[in-house]
Amino acid sequence: MRKSSPRWFLVVLVGLFLGVFICSNTPCQARVYIDISAPYLRKIPTAVPFFKDQGSGNKQGELAGTLADLLAETIHFTGFFKILDRESFLEDPQQAGLIENEINFKNWTDIGAELLVKGGFKYQGDRLTVELRLFDTFSGRLIIGKRYVGYLNDQRRMIRRFCNDMIHRLTGHEGIFSSRIGFISTATGHKEIYIADFDGHDPRQFTNTGAITLFPAWSSDGQWLAYTDYRRGKPDLYIRNIREQQGTVISLQGSNLTPAWVPGQFALAASLSYEGNPAVYLLTGKGKIIRRLTEHWDIDVSPTWSPDGKAIAFVSNRSGSPQIYIKNVEEGKVRRLTYEGKYNTSPQWSPRGDYIACTRLDKDGTVNIYVIRPEGRDSIQLTRNTGNNESPTWSPDGSLIAFSSTREGPSRIYVMNANGANQRRLLALKGEQTDPSWSPRLSYY
Amino acid sequence: MIRRSWVILALLLLIPGFMFAASCAKKQVVSEPGVTPAEESAEARRLAAERARQGALEEQRLREQRLAEEAKTRAEQETMAARETFLDEHIYFEFDKSRLLPESKAVLRLKARWLKAHPGALAVIEGHCDERGTNEYNLALGDRRARSAKTYLVDLGTAAERLTCISYGEERPLDPGHDEAAWAKNRRAQFVIE
Repeated sequence: MRKSSPRWFLVVLVGLFLGVFICSNTPCQARVYIDISAPYLRKIPTAVPFFKDQGSGNKQGELAGTLADLLAETIHFTGFFKILDRESFLEDPQQAGLIENEINFKNWTDIGAELLVKGGFKYQGDRLTVELRLFDTFSGRLIIGKRYVGYLNDQRRMIRRFCNDMIHRLTGHEGIFSSRIGFISTATGHKEIYIADFDGHDPRQFTNTGAITLFPAWSSDGQWLAYTDYRRGKPDLYIRNIREQQGTVISLQGSNLTPAWVPGQFALAASLSYEGNPAVYLLTGKGKIIRRLTEHWDIDVSPTWSPDGKAIAFVSNRSGSPQIYIKNVEEGKVRRLTYEGKYNTSPQWSPRGDYIACTRLDKDGTVNIYVIRPEGRDSIQLTRNTGNNESPTWSPDGSLIAFSSTREGPSRIYVMNANGANQRRLLALKGEQTDPSWSPRLSYY
Repeated sequence: MIRRSWVILALLLLIPGFMFAASCAKKQVVSEPGVTPAEESAEARRLAAERARQGALEEQRLREQRLAEEAKTRAEQETMAARETFLDEHIYFEFDKSRLLPESKAVLRLKARWLKAHPGALAVIEGHCDERGTNEYNLALGDRRARSAKTYLVDLGTAAERLTCISYGEERPLDPGHDEAAWAKNRRAQFVIE
């Protein structure tokens, strides 16, 4: 396929869009351009010229820029790329070719670009067709090429789909651009759950309790959200389907707190105090208690599952101050994970399993985010001198951490790479935003 | 002209004197015929004594009534004050601790007394924390604080069914400040009557 010029498959799908491989270069597939588990990444210089207009329509001029900008912003979000300034580009995107043997790759290597994303589009009737290609400029090879057809308002989804495939090809892991972030906002004067796209785009209110709502947690299929809410005057646990108005309330006496779904199962752990003190229990997705997971007379709270579902990390004050412990739920063995600092809470096990993110109350009285190996080694501080930084939550590929911070005054949601680099605000709404919770990749997006 | 003035002046002098004479004459007419002055004074004394006795009784009745009302008001005020104290007097905790301090136990003993005096009352014990640390852990800590207060009251004889615990963690601070003075006020268990 490489030798022949790329051939377009006919796409006859009205209303829906579909990504079609234009060409795939098998030797390139094996190469990992980006190792997302490396502690320090070198950002790959990447060029995203304006897309080429390939058909008539009055939206064309506008779309050439907005589509290219959207793609550049989307891949830039990962922290893997350095997007090159278009001022330095040597060719006119409306004149230059889009396919391998029409591109002068020297134009791109000369300005330092190692990757090049070229796009073309057609907007006819109410139908938008977009073709996208990713090139390795040094080898002069096509890495991935796709074509999408849909309506104009599908453009964001088309771009994100391509970016997902592009990240998959470059890192060996699928991208995170179909994921969303749930969080708490006080915009209405009450703490309610909102859900936005992974990049903070399109935030929408999810609960309307008029009470206090806390600790949103996604099931691993992305279909259910569990959370604590005071609608009935006390902290109860709610398990609600994302798209349908159905669910379960767990309203046991005392506090019903901090849900955490078992990976791959319709079951969850939560801290319940109906037997006298907050302890971690395992429940079905319908709210039936399966068994108690932790044994202690005082506080056990904030469970988080290892990706294989065999262990939980949780917070306990069994040593006299809040510290993180790990329990193998099959064997029953418990060991203490954190020894530094007098106050370690909010553990979140990375989806890759290699780190546990948590918060520590530092000596200056501020809370900061740390990561630590599940074996207890390599504790790394990720935030410092920026107010309180709380509630870390991992992106589905484990490359990013979203968190809340008071660095600009009111609490807002921020995001950073797993090594603490590229800290930036995700969104700012009225009131304060706390408790971010990153969804898995969503199939229904 | 001058002569008429004299006549007016004379009249002005004469009329008051005349009126005085008339009023004196009227007084003499009042005494009843056939009653001697001696009998009259005995009867008056008896009546006066009776009136005095009646008056004293009335006076005493009024005083007693007033005292009863005062006592009632005082009792009501005391009940109100006791209720207010029950609601307003919080028990406080050390940072990251749910154990009861000696002064908290003294306050809880008063609350137990009030609950005993009001056997129909049901109470909610709210557990609260200061803003430091994380919300998740603070909700669990607030649960423990409310539970500590409840356990102590149950040990003092209050029926457990009359007491409900609700943790608010750091969600409802009393003092919005960000210093130790504010935090100390916010680390509390607080009572609400249902």
